[in-house]
Amino acid sequence: MNQANRTIGAGGAEAVIGRQTAVRASWRRIGWRRALRLCLRAANVLALLALVLVFAMPFFWMLSTSLKTLPETMIFPPEWIPSRPVWENFSTAWNTGPFLKYFVNSVVVAVGILILQMLTIVPAAYAFARYRFAGAKLLFSIVMVTLMIPAQLIFLPVYLELSALKLLNTHLGLILPFASSAFGIFLLRQAFMQVPEELLEAARLDQASEWKIIVRLMVPLAKPVLVTFTLFSFIAHWNDYFWPLVMTTNETARTLPLGIAKIREVEGVATWNVLMAGNLILVAPILVVFFFSQRHIIRAFVYNGVK
Amino acid sequence: MAKIELLGIEKTFKDETVIRNLNLTIRDGSFTVLVGPSGCGKSTTLRMIAGLEKQTAGEIRIGGTCVNDVPPGKRNVAMVFQNYALYPTMTVRGNIEFGLKNRGMPGKERQSLVHDISEIVGLAPYLDKKPQQLSGGQRQRVALARAMVKQPQVFILDEPLSNLDAKLRNQMRTELIQLHKRLGTTFVYVTHDQVEAMSMGDEIVVMDKGVIQQADIPSKLYHDPANLFTAQFIGTPAMNIIDIRDAYGLELENGEGVSYVGFRPEQALIGKSIEGFRLEGEIVTRESLGAENVYQIRSRCCTFFAKTYLEPLLTEASATVVVPYEQLYFFGPNGERRRGVRALAKRLATAGGV
Repeated sequence: MNQANRTIGAGGAEAVIGRQTAVRASWRRIGWRRALRLCLRAANVLALLALVLVFAMPFFWMLSTSLKTLPETMIFPPEWIPSRPVWENFSTAWNTGPFLKYFVNSVVVAVGILILQMLTIVPAAYAFARYRFAGAKLLFSIVMVTLMIPAQLIFLPVYLELSALKLLNTHLGLILPFASSAFGIFLLRQAFMQVPEELLEAARLDQASEWKIIVRLMVPLAKPVLVTFTLFSFIAHWNDYFWPLVMTTNETARTLPLGIAKIREVEGVATWNVLMAGNLILVAPILVVFFFSQRHIIRAFVYNGVK
Repeated sequence: MAKIELLGIEKTFKDETVIRNLNLTIRDGSFTVLVGPSGCGKSTTLRMIAGLEKQTAGEIRIGGTCVNDVPPGKRNVAMVFQNYALYPTMTVRGNIEFGLKNRGMPGKERQSLVHDISEIVGLAPYLDKKPQQLSGGQRQRVALARAMVKQPQVFILDEPLSNLDAKLRNQMRTELIQLHKRLGTTFVYVTHDQVEAMSMGDEIVVMDKGVIQQADIPSKLYHDPANLFTAQFIGTPAMNIIDIRDAYGLELENGEGVSYVGFRPEQALIGKSIEGFRLEGEIVTRESLGAENVYQIRSRCCTFFAKTYLEPLLTEASATVVVPYEQLYFFGPNGERRRGVRALAKRLATAGGV
């Protein structure tokens, strides 16, 4: 009896020890996992920070340089925050040329292009997405092919054409070559294709014209995509250096990027501080536009369903 | 209100003929249900009436005028879609008044119409919400309101209840019946659900493979099917069909050309000693649905269903079933109904005795 008890007791103790080891082991396992997860998260955050640094650094450097004196820009290692910000750099940059004119030209050209593109890509995308007609596939392929032709290949014929039409040095000459966009047609066609057919049928039963279907139904549904495209187009043409350089020979239609490039030429020395101030003037409108539309851009890429 | 006539309608998609020589008159003010298995052409027929699909041949008349070349918006029909097809970027109000705006109705008139309709369907508190913020039943009501507000001659409904849960579906079914009574407009309704068809329609058109099998009132469809397809499509469980060669001991008068004999599960009386076609077999499954019990019985000739009402569930392993002779239906080799055939009450007719 006694012995039996002892045996049981010994067995119980063993069981307790066994349980403790098991608990310790499982703790160890959980600890390991937690540590691993923490490490992964830290690595993730670090990687993201590095990425932010890669993208934000140049901007910060630009801002910092734009507020320095010329000698300060030469110091190595660079001084990140200038001891006394030089705001005059901005007025100097602005006064190196007819900047107001450049600015207005840039706005007219970028907005003009955008309006024309909207007028052409929306109906084109709707037709490619919704109508079945002879040659639809061929036409769409041709549109896609234009995406692959570099500007450097066609600028000469376009130049000759515009010159024959007496459109060099005019806003129209800078706008017309970009009156439509293959990228925009493609992007919007994909968005339009996702709209369920019943919706269009319901609208047709409601006596809506095709034009009304586009304006009241399709465009609002494709808003995120349209905003994204607007931004891409606006940035591309706002920053465009090549076409205005080729298509203008005097100041009448020259845009901001050409004006900024001219700052460098002043006095034969690179006045980095003034140049960076000019660059800030150039990118400021884009930053503002991006700030207000980023929500839509993210949605255009993440949320693609129309339910 | 309008009568709809379909005359010699054909519809071909590429090389496939979906509908062949379809002739149908939908009575003015009726609640007509097109029912059939999927792919039978019921939705295509409906879409042709609405003008969303163009028929390959034939003529469609609404209210006596040919609408072959009239675009959907001008046919004076309103449609409710299976997935509602509400305009997602517009509010409930915007959805309801879109059609009126396109028609050029002045603002004040529009306002009062939208107000009245939204009161009727119980949407008044939701007029400024977007469809995404509404529940399934509410969306369904918006779709209905959008159709009603146009005061059309014809309402077209394409499986409008199939996206709702069972309880809501029953409720909306009743509401639709009441709505039809109140408006008195012609309703054309498509469903694949025969229970829905039977409970809602005052005329039912059974279709299969693009051909009308039978167009009749619900009770006639059930009690007097024109062919094997209708007999088996309408009713749950479906009518039991036995090949005449397996129906041992059944003596027929005028029985030439009969290939199949059928009977409804509820006409198969279990354990009754009356005269009729007798079947014996083993009870394979028992389903108790409360008021009714459904048995699947395997006899030597076939497996069939029997249904009892308000009786306790049978626990026996086997059962003898009698179908009164006058409750038997006879069909020809191609499924056509054979009338005037009589089963003879002769000797003890036993089939499939175990």
